Amino acid sequence: MEPIIHMENVNKWFGALHVLKDINLDVQKGEVVVVIGPSGSGKSTLIRTINRLEEIQKGRIVVDGIELNRDVRNIDAVRKEVGMVFQSFNLFPHMTVLENITLAPRIVRKWPREKAEQIAMELLERVDIADQAEKYPAQLSGGQQQRVAIARALAMQPKIMLFDEPTSALDPEMVGEVLDAMKELAKSGMTMLVVTHEMGFAREVADRVIFMDMGEIIEEGEPDQVFSHPQHERTQSFLARILH
Amino acid sequence: MTKAVPFWKDERKLAVIFQAILLAVVLVVLLFLGYMASTNMADRNLKFSFGFLSEPADFQIYEGYTVAKEQGRWILRLYHPSDQVWQAMVTGFLNTLRVSFLGIVLTTILGVLVGVGRLSSNWLVNRFSFAYVELIRNTPLLVQMVFWYLAVFLLLPPLRTAPRFHGLIVSNKGVLIPWLVPDAAWANFAPYFYGGLGLWILLWAVRSFWKPPRWLYWVAPVALWGLGLILVGSLPLEWSVPRVQGFRVEGGMQLSPEFSSVLLALVLYTASYIAEIVRGAIQSLPKGQWEAPASLGLSYAQTLRLIILPQAMRIVIPPLGNQYLNLTKNSSLAIAIAFPEIMSVYETTVNQAGHSIEGILIVMAAYLSLSLFISALINWYNVKVALVGVAR
Amino acid sequence: MRALSWMKENLFNGWFNSLLTLITAWLIFVVTRGVLVWAFTEARWSVVPDNMRLLMAGSYPPDLVWRLWMIAAIILFTGGLQYAAQARGGAPWWLWAGALALFAVSYPVVFPATRFFLLITLLALPVGVTVGLNVPRRFVNWMTVVVVLVVFSMLWGQTARIGGFTLTLLLTALASVFAFPLGLLLALGRTGKWPVFRTLSILYIELIRGVPLITVLFLSYYMVPLFLPASWEVPTLFSIVVGFSMFAAAYLAEYVRGGIQGVHKGQYEAAWALGLSGSQSARYIILPQAIRSVIPALIGQLIAIFKDTSLIYILSLFDLLFMALTVARNPKYLGTEREVLLFVAFVYFVGAALMSYASRRLERAMGLGTR
Repeated sequence: MEPIIHMENVNKWFGALHVLKDINLDVQKGEVVVVIGPSGSGKSTLIRTINRLEEIQKGRIVVDGIELNRDVRNIDAVRKEVGMVFQSFNLFPHMTVLENITLAPRIVRKWPREKAEQIAMELLERVDIADQAEKYPAQLSGGQQQRVAIARALAMQPKIMLFDEPTSALDPEMVGEVLDAMKELAKSGMTMLVVTHEMGFAREVADRVIFMDMGEIIEEGEPDQVFSHPQHERTQSFLARILH
Repeated sequence: MTKAVPFWKDERKLAVIFQAILLAVVLVVLLFLGYMASTNMADRNLKFSFGFLSEPADFQIYEGYTVAKEQGRWILRLYHPSDQVWQAMVTGFLNTLRVSFLGIVLTTILGVLVGVGRLSSNWLVNRFSFAYVELIRNTPLLVQMVFWYLAVFLLLPPLRTAPRFHGLIVSNKGVLIPWLVPDAAWANFAPYFYGGLGLWILLWAVRSFWKPPRWLYWVAPVALWGLGLILVGSLPLEWSVPRVQGFRVEGGMQLSPEFSSVLLALVLYTASYIAEIVRGAIQSLPKGQWEAPASLGLSYAQTLRLIILPQAMRIVIPPLGNQYLNLTKNSSLAIAIAFPEIMSVYETTVNQAGHSIEGILIVMAAYLSLSLFISALINWYNVKVALVGVAR
Repeated sequence: MRALSWMKENLFNGWFNSLLTLITAWLIFVVTRGVLVWAFTEARWSVVPDNMRLLMAGSYPPDLVWRLWMIAAIILFTGGLQYAAQARGGAPWWLWAGALALFAVSYPVVFPATRFFLLITLLALPVGVTVGLNVPRRFVNWMTVVVVLVVFSMLWGQTARIGGFTLTLLLTALASVFAFPLGLLLALGRTGKWPVFRTLSILYIELIRGVPLITVLFLSYYMVPLFLPASWEVPTLFSIVVGFSMFAAAYLAEYVRGGIQGVHKGQYEAAWALGLSGSQSARYIILPQAIRSVIPALIGQLIAIFKDTSLIYILSLFDLLFMALTVARNPKYLGTEREVLLFVAFVYFVGAALMSYASRRLERAMGLGTR
């Protein structure tokens, strides 16, 4: 089967700093991939190249059959199919929750207002905050805001969802509600690429775990395999630090 | 292998294309405007040239110095109507500098005082400062300038009946102040004076090789000056006190009513803005900067002087610099009350000789260079006093 | 004895403060006494009401003055609409009260003929705010555009004879309306990615900000007629508006730029990730936030424009200051410079103070700082 994400010999430099070194990665449709690694390992950069928030200097990325290059139309097409949830939520503070979610479908996919609002309400139900539709982001808690962010990304009906440390900015008691939403999403068959430190989540839901360090993929495999029997020494020392 | 992307969809090429179009549009518009302008000027028999600058000015400027070449050297002297137009403009520019420089010094002092007064625990001082700031800021500067001129300075008593106070005379011919001037002995003292200055510069220049102790910087020049005084035998300066002779005044420093109005208006107006900047800067300091010195036993005045103001002054430098620029540019309003700074001179020139556009371009160039100079100075000072280690 | 203890605490705590209080009090006393004595005995205040029409409207034909009242009313109405759209606050009872109070106060002072128009104009603001609060937001902007067009058409013809305070207000409004889009463009150019756009914007902004307003006005006064065909007979007001707008746009651009740079990078990324194009992101996400955050500065700029219109006096345009000094030179009113200038200062002060007050209320109503 043709992988939905295909990364071939991907290299990226920030000035003189080599942040992604010869990345080769294939993700199948419906797969849930969790990326772990120390800070500065390039894991956030990696997933941000998939929707071209970061450019690559060398290599090739194909998303859902579309080649990611400098062609504007390709970039736009890819971004419509790839949704992203950020660590700092990035909700639009001057719009209500409902407006946040319906904005992109209305002006990018050109849906009529009623259709967009209907889909939006369904998604809000799905992440369990339908009653907050008319509130402004500042009036919601962190966990609620992140769930709105997930609904906002889902409103575009993407084929792939990227998560960049979605719970790292949350207070501990709110992490659970966001992870629940993500688990439900995974079970429904969405292709997900998640950068996180939540090992419990990875164990429960991931099809594959990737360990990155210093811009390279050091090790990948099924969660049980990587967590319980890490092969490489760097994986072992990282896990030892994280899992005490 | 990456497929070749058609260039009209390529992100980077699109950017270049859009910018090229924009540039072309701007050029076309400029060319069109230029064409229209030259046709219209030809129709009205106007010629665009800067030749008028070397024609004799033929009008009087009542105060101000200009530069002239005499006996092969450039000197500074009073303006005379037989001077050329460009010399008249230089006079105007020097007057602009004069009122701006003095204005900046005075307004800083007043602004800081009022700014601190805004935060005073003394209710009267507090409310008075507030009223001052609100009143002055909400009225146009031009109205204030015209008011001071027409309604105050021109209505002062004439010389004969003007009030005097130890040589200070306040009249409708201006404010006259006793002033120190060099006297006959200056010629002998001058070498010591300049020598002292030179010593100071020398010490500063060699500091990368040999760091002199801080006290030497001022002891050395002062010692040289003291030596000079002893050797010359008398003070090389004397008081020049204004004395009324009939309808004129001799001696002292004469500040014309025009100059005084412009200066007063500029100083009061800019000070109200500086006061708010200073107040904002002081209030932006964390409360701990007040509490810590208090707990160490420092008084309010000491805290203000040693802890608060030094920090506040650093924050204040960029917006303060901005106000200095404003003051300099606002001096152009003096055209309304005939103080001969550069705008007034420009208008007189235009009335005599036309060439309004060439003239205004010269004036704008003068202001632009002055602005750039002051900005550069402020930036340099800002970098110099920045707190070590604080990222900007 | 509470007064005494308050005085002790606030005026006389410590020898320094006591000295300060005495000196300041003496200063205030001397100055105020002089001013008040003059104001109540020597001053000839009749010069102001006698010449009110000249001061307010210049030499505009008296039978057409109703047009100016209607324009003022319409502008206030629109102002109220926009305020309501931004503030989405509560019912403005104080606006109604204020309008009626102002009317009551000025009732005895104005001509009977103008009382009707004055009432309508004063009431326009609260009506505007009320309408704005109850009408969907989309309509507000359309109404504003319609209003601007109506005002233009009412002004067409006889523009050259508008003078006095009306000219001041008109110039303020026109300069602001044109400066804003230009300033926005410049700010976008300044912060955008394209070097050509950026360099042009920086050049423009730095050049304009380095020179005084009066020089820009002189330049446009002389040059604008040269750029257009001579047969068009460009009115002076047009050249002045062009100069003013270009000047104000440069300063506005810097404020908006500050606002744009204050928007978090995450907002850009969220917009791009959702598939919004550059211009869509700017229009829906970046600019609304940028402008909201700098509204206080923008209103400050509006107040500055309002005060700067006094400069057209130098170009011999018949604004409020010019009319005031002309009136004072009338042989019948010779020597009344102080009275008229104080009146002019008063008018400007009231206008600027009102705008500052509105700005502060707007800030609070928008909840700036809490969102």
